[in-house]
Amino acid sequence: MFKYLIKRVLWMVPMLIGISLISFLIMHLAPGDITNNEASFNPKASEESRQKLRELYNLDKPVIVQYGLWLKRMATLDFGTSFATHQKPVFWQKTDKDGNVTKGLIQEALPITLMINILGLFLTLVLAIPLGIIAARKYGGWQDKTITLFNFVGFSIPGFWLSLLLMYWLGVVNNWFPISGLHSINYDNLDTLGKLKDSISHLFMPVIIPSVTGLAGITLFVKNGMLDVLFQDYITTARSKGLTEHKVVYTHALRNALLPLITIVGLSIPGLIGGSVIAETIFAIPGMGKLFYDSVLMRDFPVIMGILTIGSALTLIGNMLADVAYAWADPRVRRGVARG
Amino acid sequence: MMNKNLFRKALENPLALTGFIIIVCVFLLAMFAPIISPYDPDDINVKAILLGPSASHWMGTDGLGRDVLSRMLHGGRISLLVGLVAVGISTAIGILLGALAGYYRGWVDTFIMRLVDVMLSIPSFFLILAVIAFLTPSIINIMIVIGLTSWMGVTRLVRAEFLSLNEREFVLASRTLGAKDGRLIFTHLLPNSLTPIIVSSVLGIAGAVLMESGLSFLGLGVQAPQASWGNILTDGKEYIQFAWWLSLFPGLAILVTVLGYNLLGEGLRDALDPRSNSA
Repeated sequence: MFKYLIKRVLWMVPMLIGISLISFLIMHLAPGDITNNEASFNPKASEESRQKLRELYNLDKPVIVQYGLWLKRMATLDFGTSFATHQKPVFWQKTDKDGNVTKGLIQEALPITLMINILGLFLTLVLAIPLGIIAARKYGGWQDKTITLFNFVGFSIPGFWLSLLLMYWLGVVNNWFPISGLHSINYDNLDTLGKLKDSISHLFMPVIIPSVTGLAGITLFVKNGMLDVLFQDYITTARSKGLTEHKVVYTHALRNALLPLITIVGLSIPGLIGGSVIAETIFAIPGMGKLFYDSVLMRDFPVIMGILTIGSALTLIGNMLADVAYAWADPRVRRGVARG
Repeated sequence: MMNKNLFRKALENPLALTGFIIIVCVFLLAMFAPIISPYDPDDINVKAILLGPSASHWMGTDGLGRDVLSRMLHGGRISLLVGLVAVGISTAIGILLGALAGYYRGWVDTFIMRLVDVMLSIPSFFLILAVIAFLTPSIINIMIVIGLTSWMGVTRLVRAEFLSLNEREFVLASRTLGAKDGRLIFTHLLPNSLTPIIVSSVLGIAGAVLMESGLSFLGLGVQAPQASWGNILTDGKEYIQFAWWLSLFPGLAILVTVLGYNLLGEGLRDALDPRSNSA
């Protein structure tokens, strides 16, 4: 198991090098060099700011040296300084002589995005697993058909549109939930309970929307997994030795049906991280998605490249954790891993 | 011959048929947009700002007094076009790389599959936005960027098909008889992999339409004054307190179109591939 873990961690190194190549390619995608392009967006871009870009990405050096320096930036997570706020994009926390702490932009934004996505994912699983089980047990019945219909709509509905509708209905018409931000203006004056209530009501819509749109895929997955398992010999054996249906489904079938879910959750990470751009922009949540969107609008390249790298690294780590968890949870794989 | 049978078989599937009818209707509406639109989609009318749905403006008007129905019909052309072209690009790349990997195997396969792994580990929405940051947002760029960032699924699919077909007797026989690589690929391997490619392209269009509407909604896709379903929704958000119709109708249009493609794709999968039991 330990050997597998090491192997799996080392596997991330060539992947990160690949990611560095792709991101390097993106930077050189613009016709001419990016300084021209920036200038064409913003006619006021001065020679000075162009010079800044050239220095940042060492555009005056040979391509291979540029790549080497870019790789070094990625390895040390030093992406330069944001053009917009003069904060560091990633984790560099600086304390000046007066004791004021300047945090990295991603350092401030990432926890918010992670919290919303983890809550959302949790909610998705809590809803999707029972729905998938019902659909599989009543396969072909009205429950299954309703859930299938719901899945098709869930696959097709634009998440940002659902957000707008809920915002209109829950926020504007009924005024039950606040429609933007993480806290109310008077947050600092509230007591602990008030703060908690305030946070929950602000988080309600941002959390519920990605989980509703993600629900369809996971429900379908649980259903198909259950259907595969329910027709296997060992389930027939369990039934014929007189176990209750409840016991057959929930202790014998479910465990095997849910195993592959670990992998699916791992694979859904890039979608969740990417999806946070739209959700956070709509609800004005100061997370990584909104930070990325703002940086793209301002062409704040150090932050863009920083988030791209961190987002990819998170995906790699998530996939690795999923693989390791799978190997740990499935005794068949676990033994295979121990042998191999 | 074979294709005709496939087509008929597919349309016997109720899901595929429903999806097909939806898509045909949406296409007809978009195609005849210039004829059936009651107003010019770009016609600004200061006397008719933010009017609710009525007999003269079925879907109301927007913040500049433009007729929403007319903008929806014209916007539909853009959304449909972007979906088709983007998926055309990604399918072409996917077939090429998948065929190379599945046919030649060895280091070519290893290289292409590692490239797929790397591309999949970058959150696709981040990748697309990062590329757009370095380019100017325009319809052409959107189509290219979506196409260039969504070929990985098709690549894996074509490779898997090629790998399994390579071992089949008819391919071995043809190879033994001295068929060249090109002949093997184009007369045996590719035609026999078409079904899953078609299914994944149809589902891919659904994804591309959603992606385009999301990008346009964020203001990074189709640019005003050119209408698209996504950027009408941007106005919808702006006027959400006063004009629900600006949010409702474009979203419904996206939902129905994407649903149509998804139904068609899943229906085709069910009809053409007896092994699958999805949806």
